Amino acid sequence: MYEWDFGPVLAESGVLLAGFRNTLELTATALAGGLVVGLLLALARLSPRRRLRWPAGVVIEVFRTTPPLVQLFWFYFGLPIVVSVEMTPFLAAALTFTIQSGAFFAEILRAGIVSIERGQWEAASAIGMRPHQTMRRVILPQAVKRMFPSMMERSIELMKTTTLVATVSYADLLFQANELAQKTFRPLEVFTLVALVYFVAITCLSGLGSLLERRFARSGEFAA
Amino acid sequence: MSVLKLVGISKSFGGTRVFENVDLDVEKGDRIAILGASGSGKSTLLRCINLLETPDAGSIEIGGTKVGSAGRSGLRISERDLQALRLRAGMVFQQFNLFPHMTVAGNVAEGLSTVRRMSRPDARTRAIMELARVGLADKADAYPARLSGGQKQRVAIARALAMDPEILLFDEPTSALDPALVGEVLGVIEQLAEEGRTMLLVTHEIGFAYHVANRILFLAEGGIYESGTPDEVLKHPRRPLTQHFLKEHKRFQF
Amino acid sequence: MNYNWSFAPIFENWQVLAIGAVGTLRLFVICLVIGMGLGLVVALGRRAEARPLRWLSRAFVEVFRNTPVLVQILWFYYALPILAPVEIGPFTAAILGISLNSAAYSAEIFRGGIQSIEPGQWEAARAIAMTPAQVMRRVILPQAVRRIVPALTNRGVEIFKMSTLASVVAYVELLNQGKLIASIYFNPLEVYTIIAALFFLLLYPIVRLTYALERRLARSDA
Repeated sequence: MYEWDFGPVLAESGVLLAGFRNTLELTATALAGGLVVGLLLALARLSPRRRLRWPAGVVIEVFRTTPPLVQLFWFYFGLPIVVSVEMTPFLAAALTFTIQSGAFFAEILRAGIVSIERGQWEAASAIGMRPHQTMRRVILPQAVKRMFPSMMERSIELMKTTTLVATVSYADLLFQANELAQKTFRPLEVFTLVALVYFVAITCLSGLGSLLERRFARSGEFAA
Repeated sequence: MSVLKLVGISKSFGGTRVFENVDLDVEKGDRIAILGASGSGKSTLLRCINLLETPDAGSIEIGGTKVGSAGRSGLRISERDLQALRLRAGMVFQQFNLFPHMTVAGNVAEGLSTVRRMSRPDARTRAIMELARVGLADKADAYPARLSGGQKQRVAIARALAMDPEILLFDEPTSALDPALVGEVLGVIEQLAEEGRTMLLVTHEIGFAYHVANRILFLAEGGIYESGTPDEVLKHPRRPLTQHFLKEHKRFQF
Repeated sequence: MNYNWSFAPIFENWQVLAIGAVGTLRLFVICLVIGMGLGLVVALGRRAEARPLRWLSRAFVEVFRNTPVLVQILWFYYALPILAPVEIGPFTAAILGISLNSAAYSAEIFRGGIQSIEPGQWEAARAIAMTPAQVMRRVILPQAVRRIVPALTNRGVEIFKMSTLASVVAYVELLNQGKLIASIYFNPLEVYTIIAALFFLLLYPIVRLTYALERRLARSDA
């Protein structure tokens, strides 16, 4: 029977904590970037102009259909060959996950925008609002609320996906865990602990999400 | 001969009493119409009979055998007893509840093959026979989505009949129908009544109840408020709530 | 910016990638079958009469949905062998991680599908004396599965994409073989472009199919 011993692992908990901070940093960066990219992609996708619609569609489909790890490798190992940038693991990961989550956010947003009844557009133009005003003042606020649960789910997916950066040696929580496991010879404790950290973080996040959802629902804002 | 006997049946939902201490004795060939304002528990009473709802108290006897036993949270009943009871009591729902992924014949044959263990070809033959009885043999291979509401309800009746029930329970069978389609369903029910089938019918069609039933139950105030022959209850109601209810429904012709 | 793309070394070594493709497909098929099958079992477990069974199914779903799949794979690879006297190779670890993760997700899909079936369907089937198991098999599941085909197909695409994670524990699949070529010929740009293209060409038709299925389903429900 194996004797669990978290002692050596907890003694080095600073290593894991630093990793967790990096995980959060990367998640936050990619989330913020992804929302902007997603909105731009969604608007381009819905644009009447073909020149905008088409490339946006390609970006969305490519990034949704290819494995994120392949994307990460492409940005980390491949891109520096054609573009002269100093590619760091963080930059590669931030780029990959920004565009990737942007592609997913774009589809969520598009579905949300499309789901708003025609009558809303008609009512806004009837009081003389221009299309971009209607989009900003009338359509988007409703669409965003409607899409909140999917957005939340996607953000959580993003946090889980960030573990892939460990493969390009960015010191996120998983990477640090791997290092610590080798240092302490306690892989069982380390990986169990790390799984627990992710579990708690993600459970809290999704709990927060459903709490907000219920709040909105109570105030009637979600019922369009 | 008693087909169904309810003794002291009570039901409440989350502290709200629906009815209490209801006794009912159904003889073979009885055609009992259950009337009452909405919320008076008509449907719940019917659903308690084949245990789609579990009564909180009381006992049910069907064909002379008692079903289940009193337990902590109402009637306790084994899956075997439940099945036996439901084979004896066929149910027709307000919303038809046909199985959309099966053809019309498939709907009627389903219980025969899965419950009665009949071979598929035999079940189908029997199903088509039952469909002919409700005038829909030509729709055997159509899917329910292609049928009108009235046709759907006739299929649902055929599905219940196929199981050879001793008693038929109709839960507002025409309430979900366009007025123009009510007639064809009532026609089928009337025909079943003429064949001498035992039935319980929850309905809002007072004229039809008068015409087809031999007993009327009026539900109010958490129980059977007034009962008797159609003439007694519908033409000469004795108690105020019954009189009030009938006045509200004056537009119905007897 | 004047980079000369050279795909020749990749095409010359196509067998290397072919071996990887076989590994990817093998992993995908196994994880698809276990993931969906177990997913259905867990979904039914969440509706079981017995409280411990319900609780266990729920815990399974929560744990595997709320932790990253890469952590799961590494846990099975490095940690599980310490607990259980079993040999866990890259293949087994990847199967365990990806299948169980997918089972948790598909369990939620099945559950949603089952819940979406109107109570009237249960009642009608129970009223003709079908047992709960018969109702589930003959009436509820056929309808539920029809409704969740797009979601399940989507899950299948995710499983296929997830198979690349097995490269982290050096299982021989497409990405791992690509890494090998890139390390020999120093051509990561071409290699990863080709691999991305392969995945895209393989999966995009399926993605399009799910769009079509979703549209058809939306129409038939309307």
